[in-house]
Amino acid sequence: MAGLMAGFGHYTHAVVRGIPASLAKEALRSSQAEVDLAQALREHEAYVEVLRTRLGLEVVELPADESLPDCVFVEDAAVVCGDTALITRPGAESRRRETEAMKDALKDLNLNIVEMTDENATLDGGDVLFTGREFFVGLSKRTNQRGAEILADAFKDYAVSTVPVMEGLHLKSFCSMGGPGLIIIGSSEPAQKALKIMQQMSDHRYDKLTVADDLAANCVYMNLPNKGHVLLHCTADQFPESVKVFEKLKDHMLIPVSNTEKVKVDGALTCCSVLINKKANL
Amino acid sequence: MTTEAGSEKAEEVKEKAEESAAQTDQSEKATEETQEVTKAESEVNEKEKEKEKEGKEGKGISRYLPTWLKKQKSQSQTSPTKEAPPAEEPDSKVTQEEEAPAPEVNGHAEEVEEKEEVKSEQVREKEESHSNASADTEPVKEEKVEESAEKSPEETKETTEGEGAEEEKKGQQPEGEAEGGEGGEGQTSIFQSPLRLVRKSKMKLVVCHVTLLDGTDFTCEVEKRAKGQYLFFKMCEHLNLLEKDYFGLTYIDTHEQKCWLDPTKEIKRQIRSNNWQFSFNVKFYPPDPSLLTEDITRYLLCLQLREDVASGRLPCSFVTHALLGSYTLQAEFGDYEPDQPRPLDNIGQLTFAPNQNKEMEEKILELHKSHRGMTPAQADAQFLENAKKLSMYGVDLHHAKDSEGVDIMLGVCANGLLVYKDRLRINRFAWPKILKISYKRNNFYIKIRPGETEQFESTVGFKLQNHRSAKRLWKVCVENHSFFRLNAPEPPNKARFLTLGSKFRYSGRTQAQTRLASSLIDRPAPKFERTSSKRISRSLDGAPMISITEAENGREPHLELHSDSKVKEVDVSPGDAEATSLQSPGPSEADLSQDHDKTQDEVLKHQANISQLKRSFMEAPPPSPPQPNQWEKRLTSSPATTIRIQQQQVVSVPETEAAAADNTVSDTKEPAKTTEVEIEETVVVQEVSRAAKPGLVTVTPIPPAEPTTEQETSKQEVKAEEKVVTVGKEEPKKQESVSSESESEEEAEYHPNVSVSISHTQIPEEKEEEEEQEDDKRGEQEVSAPDALSLPAEVSKPEEEANRVEEDAGAEKKTDAEEKEDERETEESTDDPMITPDEAPNGLTLPEEGETGMSAPAEEEEEPKVNGEASLVEVEQRPQVICCSEPPVVKTEMVTISDTFAAQKTEIATKEVPIVHTETKTITYEAAQLDGNDGEPGVLMTAQTITSESLCTTTTTHITKTLKGGLSETRIEKRIVITGDCDIDHDQALAQAIKEAKEQHPDMSVTRVVVHKETELAEEED
Repeated sequence: MAGLMAGFGHYTHAVVRGIPASLAKEALRSSQAEVDLAQALREHEAYVEVLRTRLGLEVVELPADESLPDCVFVEDAAVVCGDTALITRPGAESRRRETEAMKDALKDLNLNIVEMTDENATLDGGDVLFTGREFFVGLSKRTNQRGAEILADAFKDYAVSTVPVMEGLHLKSFCSMGGPGLIIIGSSEPAQKALKIMQQMSDHRYDKLTVADDLAANCVYMNLPNKGHVLLHCTADQFPESVKVFEKLKDHMLIPVSNTEKVKVDGALTCCSVLINKKANL
Repeated sequence: MTTEAGSEKAEEVKEKAEESAAQTDQSEKATEETQEVTKAESEVNEKEKEKEKEGKEGKGISRYLPTWLKKQKSQSQTSPTKEAPPAEEPDSKVTQEEEAPAPEVNGHAEEVEEKEEVKSEQVREKEESHSNASADTEPVKEEKVEESAEKSPEETKETTEGEGAEEEKKGQQPEGEAEGGEGGEGQTSIFQSPLRLVRKSKMKLVVCHVTLLDGTDFTCEVEKRAKGQYLFFKMCEHLNLLEKDYFGLTYIDTHEQKCWLDPTKEIKRQIRSNNWQFSFNVKFYPPDPSLLTEDITRYLLCLQLREDVASGRLPCSFVTHALLGSYTLQAEFGDYEPDQPRPLDNIGQLTFAPNQNKEMEEKILELHKSHRGMTPAQADAQFLENAKKLSMYGVDLHHAKDSEGVDIMLGVCANGLLVYKDRLRINRFAWPKILKISYKRNNFYIKIRPGETEQFESTVGFKLQNHRSAKRLWKVCVENHSFFRLNAPEPPNKARFLTLGSKFRYSGRTQAQTRLASSLIDRPAPKFERTSSKRISRSLDGAPMISITEAENGREPHLELHSDSKVKEVDVSPGDAEATSLQSPGPSEADLSQDHDKTQDEVLKHQANISQLKRSFMEAPPPSPPQPNQWEKRLTSSPATTIRIQQQQVVSVPETEAAAADNTVSDTKEPAKTTEVEIEETVVVQEVSRAAKPGLVTVTPIPPAEPTTEQETSKQEVKAEEKVVTVGKEEPKKQESVSSESESEEEAEYHPNVSVSISHTQIPEEKEEEEEQEDDKRGEQEVSAPDALSLPAEVSKPEEEANRVEEDAGAEKKTDAEEKEDERETEESTDDPMITPDEAPNGLTLPEEGETGMSAPAEEEEEPKVNGEASLVEVEQRPQVICCSEPPVVKTEMVTISDTFAAQKTEIATKEVPIVHTETKTITYEAAQLDGNDGEPGVLMTAQTITSESLCTTTTTHITKTLKGGLSETRIEKRIVITGDCDIDHDQALAQAIKEAKEQHPDMSVTRVVVHKETELAEEED
């Protein structure tokens, strides 16, 4: 019986989107790095392949839109929990239209669609950390209070706490879930502060897994039948120190995924997919 | 509101009187003490007579005092007979009070009548206050007499009836109402099952309507003076509920706010408008319902949650609504039967969600199908397993504003305090992080334990709509913390009796206790009837439907508790234990003792006993500190007057001696040269304000102090100071001993993590006062400090004029207050004025203060925060003790009458501060903290409380040693607080105290006597 808040990490579907050529030049970024588009495409393909083949998820791949250079980062366009999907209103003006395709795709998956129509609200999915028991919403450059309120209204079962994001683009730029009750957190001061806040705000206890690099703290966790705990994380080439930490997770199926190019435009592992659990839907 | 309150009060008073009478007859507790008191009083009265004469000759004020007294009595007790001037009939008065002759006791007049009377009285009083002339007094008296005459017939009736109700009455004892009552009451109530009580009692019965969780109405009769727990236990008995500690009764107060019925207090005092309508509700939502022992408990919890969900109080998603609804269907209707008339037909009439629609209903039905085979109990369990995960499960929300005026919600739950802005959680304070919870006026504060990297505690303040909201929130916090975090309710704090402010504590069993108790429940699962909320009633369990009554009567065996278990239970909850032991003088008691070794068979033999036990289990009052309750009651609602006598001795005196000396009120040690005896009488003037009518001001004069003072004066040097009552309080603050007295406390603190110990701490007293008073207090504090060092140099300036002015001011204030009452918003304005004075460095001049208060309110409204902070700061400074500052009350008016009569000798200062009753109370629930030890000036030597039937006397001795320029001064301050439901002969008490003090410490002098008389208004009681 699918009870409330059961099965954290259970996913059956994933929504991804292609990389437009415009990403290399026009995608928003906080650094000046040059993006190797070809390499980015290769990495993204590998990422999708892991989801589809290795993990057996049903992958819905949306076509890239050249007018939306950041469209590959689908996570920001929607927040899905249970059978409810909140279509966000991304904080970056240039990304607002990314939600259209996402909305259609999620509708096709028979999810209950909630749209964020309030023009005062902004929310990027990258600022939303769902722990299985509650939401933390980072208040960042891209996400504001109103956006968080609407999210809270969309997912009434859960507590929604706000966490100020002092550095980095999104809340999940330095943290993510590594399992039920396990938060992977970067070692930077802002990251640790945010973790403290989250711990204080929560009625639940969380273990933390601290990794050396903030960017390495962004992982994709799943709990899949026949596979158990699955963790997609950065490669040892990119963040050797952090990977050593991941390797201590004995119960997890560890899948290193290369992400050297998208990270240059502030894209992390979680950014590139929206995970859905259709079976959990009642 | 005001009017009603006044009337209620009047009633209460009468009742008290009756009670006292009844008790007297029993004279179980009636002790020698009482007699002594009586003697003392008589003496005092004589003295008073003399004094009065003198006073008349000497100063007008003295005359005034008697009037004041009369007024007070009339207001507080509403018994005309008692109002007779003390001088004339001191003895008779005493007798009445103490012995409570039947005829004299006030009957229950029709409420309407009472109200009218009260009004008239108020009007009169108002007139008086303006005139202040002694002449005015007489007419008032006459009127009062008339009233008494009118009431007398009824009164007699009641008296006769009263005997039956003795037991309950005992519990509810006169003055002690709150505290004294608790100990006694709890026990008493236990003696017999509620049903028995009803039968026996010839008292007036009132019909209570209780809305049960299944929506049905339960009607029962309770004695008019029954306490909350009586009704509650009756309910639990009706429901066959043993795990009752998670539940409570609610009522709607005059402000349309839902309030929890305090089990330790009389119902009548809590409800308003004689509306005996209640709801049975879940008070503490168990975080893990699966740990509950009995299905019936889970069922009731389910009923509550269904309602919470359907009403939107417990928000949840569409899917969750559907899921919970499907479990409800399964529990109520059993398996989905396609053939049968489908529940779907009914589903539209069942409410599952606030925005229920067809889609949801279909989803519910769809899910219902999947629950096939699930028993009702299982369905309930599943329902709860899902409901408990909802983020707002068990969260009690309160509207508030943050420090920046932003609207937020404060949520109290098992884990702590949650802060929401809109639907977002913006902060959370787990109970372990909270060091102190307090409120002052409409401000609510929590002191936060410093984090790992932080050095200092921080305090977070929130603004509630009004002081009532603040207090309600505070209480909820105290209760939730106690229930979920403590192993046992906070033990009665002896120190507390000295404190002003609310002594409110959670008096029931904690979750730990109730879990233990319920784990010992050994009865076959009780059968109960599931009634889907509106129409469908049928037993789903397949068990024969048994009406509750049947269950109780025919199924006694179910209720068997293993003897062992019983015993254990007793251990767990002292209250129960006591109850049991007390209750069963006969066989049951023996059983208990023997039960340990008995086998079940043996147990069975004692079914009868068991049933009794069961009853006791059900009825057992929650362990509650007796004294605190008394005080609280008294402060809150009881008209009773409190006399505090403080002796401050400045001399080198061995502390031990001092300590020894203070055992009784009468004992006053005066080892030191300078002894200040402060007898403070605070009269809380009843505020009878009607919303519609602008202000009726009731002024209560406090006469008693004068006479005593004079006597003292003759022998000793006495300064008469006319100050506002506040002054008295302030002094204590200086010493850092705080005692809070009335319920009206506007501030209260609660230290969640620490148990409060009074012993180390001195108790600063803060009384309820209007804001002005607070100002005065502060001013006085400043002043007082010097005094402490040197002989009291305070000059009594107030004269009749001053009094008048104050009264006038008070009247005006009242008006303001009334208006405020009408409109909460308005209240703030009122408060503000009070605040202002605080800010102002000097509040010494009463008249000015009064004026200030009156004029300033609007302006000050804007700055409430500042004030609150200030107060907060004060509190923090004395962490160790319970600090209750009773600043300004919104609704209350202060009437201060000071007599300078004593001035003759100039050395005795008499401060008479009538205190107006305020709606706002500050309650501090503090645990003693280590910091408290830092150089407090004084040491609290002793604290003693003697409770007789009608009076509760508490003596506190405070010794302060000061080194000044090589001279060491020891100052002994003795505070005597007498609480009684009946009239107290203050003069006698004062005289006695002074006399004893002199005798005990011949080498010390009494430098100061302050009398505070407090009469509480019924309204404020919570």
